[in-house]
Amino acid sequence: MSEIIESIKNLSIGFNSQKGKQISILRNVSTNIKKGETVGIVGESGSGKSTLALAMMGYIKQGLFPLKGECLFKSEDLLKMSSRQLEKIRGRKIAMIPQNAGQALTPNLKIGYQIDEALRLHTDLNKTERDKKISELLNKVRLPSPETMAFRYPHELSGGQQQRVAVAMALAGKPDLLLLDEPTTGLDVTTQAHVLELLRFIAKDTGTSMIYVSHDLGAIAQVSDRIVVMYAGEIVLEGPARKILKEPIHPYTYGLLKSIPKLSLAGLPASMPGSQPQPGSINEGCSFYDRCNLATDHCKKNSPDLEHIKELDTNVRCFNHKELINQNNNLQTSITKKSNNSEEIEVLKLKDVSISYAKQKFFDQLLNKISDQNPTVKDINIDIKKGETIALVGESGSGKSTILKSIAGLLKTKDGQIKFENDRILSSDLKMRNPNDLRAIQLIFQNPDESLNPNHTVEQILSQPLKLYFNLSGEELKKNIIDLLKKVRLGEFYMSRYPRQLSGGEKQRVAVARAFAAKPDIILCDEVTSALDVSVQAAVLNLLQQLKEDLGTTYVFVSHDLAVVRAISDRVAVLYQGRLCEIGPSQNVYKFPSHPYTEVLLGAVLEPDPDIKPKLVAEDIVEEKPPEKGCSFQGRCPRKIGDICNLEVPPWQIGENGNAIRCHINIDELASLQQ
Amino acid sequence: MLLLILKRIGLGLITLFIVSLITFVGVEVLPGDACTTYLEREAYGAALDACIKRLGLDVPAYERYVDWASNVVRGDFGYSLSGEMPINEVLGPRVKNSLVLASVSILIGIPLAIVLGIITALWRDKLPDIMISTITIFSMTIPEFISATLLILIVAIWLGWLPGIVIIPSDATFYELLSNIILPVVAISMIMTAHMARMVRSSVIQVMASDYVQMAILKGVPYWKMVFRHVLPNALLPAINVVALTIAWLLGGVVVTEVVFNYPGLGRLVIESISNRDLPVVQALAIILASIYVGINLIADLMTLMLNPRLKSLQIRK
Repeated sequence: MSEIIESIKNLSIGFNSQKGKQISILRNVSTNIKKGETVGIVGESGSGKSTLALAMMGYIKQGLFPLKGECLFKSEDLLKMSSRQLEKIRGRKIAMIPQNAGQALTPNLKIGYQIDEALRLHTDLNKTERDKKISELLNKVRLPSPETMAFRYPHELSGGQQQRVAVAMALAGKPDLLLLDEPTTGLDVTTQAHVLELLRFIAKDTGTSMIYVSHDLGAIAQVSDRIVVMYAGEIVLEGPARKILKEPIHPYTYGLLKSIPKLSLAGLPASMPGSQPQPGSINEGCSFYDRCNLATDHCKKNSPDLEHIKELDTNVRCFNHKELINQNNNLQTSITKKSNNSEEIEVLKLKDVSISYAKQKFFDQLLNKISDQNPTVKDINIDIKKGETIALVGESGSGKSTILKSIAGLLKTKDGQIKFENDRILSSDLKMRNPNDLRAIQLIFQNPDESLNPNHTVEQILSQPLKLYFNLSGEELKKNIIDLLKKVRLGEFYMSRYPRQLSGGEKQRVAVARAFAAKPDIILCDEVTSALDVSVQAAVLNLLQQLKEDLGTTYVFVSHDLAVVRAISDRVAVLYQGRLCEIGPSQNVYKFPSHPYTEVLLGAVLEPDPDIKPKLVAEDIVEEKPPEKGCSFQGRCPRKIGDICNLEVPPWQIGENGNAIRCHINIDELASLQQ
Repeated sequence: MLLLILKRIGLGLITLFIVSLITFVGVEVLPGDACTTYLEREAYGAALDACIKRLGLDVPAYERYVDWASNVVRGDFGYSLSGEMPINEVLGPRVKNSLVLASVSILIGIPLAIVLGIITALWRDKLPDIMISTITIFSMTIPEFISATLLILIVAIWLGWLPGIVIIPSDATFYELLSNIILPVVAISMIMTAHMARMVRSSVIQVMASDYVQMAILKGVPYWKMVFRHVLPNALLPAINVVALTIAWLLGGVVVTEVVFNYPGLGRLVIESISNRDLPVVQALAIILASIYVGINLIADLMTLMLNPRLKSLQIRK
């Protein structure tokens, strides 16, 4: 057995509530980190995983304090050290790679300086040696032109590059242990896959131990040797990665894995009811009791201890874990959607739509026209049928949200038409649309924290569309609100609540109810699940599907998450730099042949399965503007065939599966290349 | 970058032009003119005619505006009516006195405010913060005419250490001034420092809570190094504009303090010329005060632009 470098013993961390009670957000956590090992700590928001990770560096956030236990790094307790002693360890022995490098790099200092700072503090190198080392480090994390990179400010880099700088900074002190706090959350899929690949390479290359904290089981599966699952401040399951992911014997982990949409499965993932208990609300019994389908009366009264299961080399905190052993086949199931009930009536047509963010010149403003030869979004032709769910996918900057805003009337189009019902042209100006058209198209936003007015109760939030569009009042209004709440599975008592009194999933349900209040024909969903935890995401997806089946609504669903799109959509449109690459029925888009960009995207998806590795076929360069001529994907295409890609816009080709691909490569050839 | 500076200067000039128009029109639409207000009861017959002729009030308003404005551009504000001398001679010593008062207050007050703000932020909710914050809130809420009067009562009358009011000719030398302005400076600094210290405090606290400060701690950067390298440059940036406004306010004349201490600065000149109905001086003061505000804010904007790498490269890219 190899050497243990950090050992957490019975650690509890908490805060004092306003009533003077001690409330713990981390309870009795014990675990060991071995040399050269990568441990994944996974849990949903509020599970205490970040608090645990920071405590491993001897850092406790303001307002919190350790209640008991110790964090032994090489048998010295970090929690008892002076700040002087900690300065010697942080960055030199244990280094941190933060969640959001964009905000974790000091904005007024050049990145070369910030790396140099770490070198000065933790090595004895002189100035010239340090300069050389900086280039070396920047090179190691595969940043382009390391010499000039050092003289740039953090904001001049893309998200992926900032994250690489953070990695370089952490490596500067040659630490024994690297702590990664959600290091790829917020990055594009392809960038995320590349950063993970880099981290894996570094772990192997330097023999550093890593602690990888994430809510994303897909990312955890790719890097970890061992996985620790946290729930409500406790470790509920701990063991070798493969065992945890393939044979989860704790009902929470089991449910979590089932609620993740997977590329290989069409249909919706099963959702877990309820939400994580608030810190301090558990007095007795198992913390997962409320949501557990194996729970018995015994679980309500007694809290289980972490029990070691020898044959699986796993620790589990559950009385009834035996019932889950050998159930792993069930992990690969999903709820099948009702077959596509879309009718052959087109409800919305986008015809040659172009949208530009370019500032209007003065004279153009007078003439009310937009002159931009290279608009952000160009040549979008999509016909949307009544009752279908069409998804727009792509990475950030692909123009998917832009198109959504244009349909909603929030952004003016430069060219082209948006036609609604029987080819009636919708004005691109919101003020010119008639009230009925406004009612018919509703929008649900990504973040319910920002889209719900914090000073309104749920009743007020839901009554607004009802008053505006249907002039309801009094008893009738109230009855409608209760009906709406029932539709999104919220009880009547939610009416008097404020958004801050709701959990993330409940808030998004209210946002969904608000959209449905208008009895819309089309609902535009802008990344509606990406701010939610996995188990909650599954519930919201199921809700949206159910509502659609009941009411025949049409969804335009924007997402960067290909697995989510796979689960909910009937048809998929893939966008790159504001141009359509591929469009077709979703089961076909996920099959070959695909547009090279779709292929890249699909290859980068991380599945919660250690046996499925992402395929990295293209560089993750960020392009700021679409190319002026030729194919939009020419800059990154792994299958580029030559000048024709730079000069000519590729033609549409229809595959036998019915998906249309815009590429210069012959569609049959593409199919044989990809198989 | 250069284009941006020119653009800002252009905007400043337009602001000044509008201010000059408004003051000119304002004076014009007031009942009576410079002569009637100045001559008061003698404003009839030959004396009035002579005055109108002397001041050139017999030509149409727009011609007078053009005439006046072109003189102002050349630095000539015309004649003061009450003092019977060129306005430049009236203004000169007043501007100098205000400058002295303002610069001494700035030199003491701003560094003090920044230091106090940083101390209160770093020792947040601890004894130094509680003590300093209580004092700053007090000195912020007590109106300056009360604090100034109390200062005179305690320091000048009871203790007899310093003169209670400034009794110097308006053209006194810098050194003569210095001993006389201690009390006014204290009175001004109390309010100014308190306001700015609160500002700096909240700004530092905000930056201390940022991800990059947490990152610096986790990187092993020693505390004070972190404060000076990672916190202060980012926390003091937003303070620049507040400092600029304070400086403009100080230069523009701290009317109440000047009146209480009988200090011959611009602020008191404003009061005097208004009560004397010396309209040409009022016009001149309006333009000068507006220029001070425009100028200082321009400098502050440019400084923010230079010091904030984010804005700088944004501008260059455009």
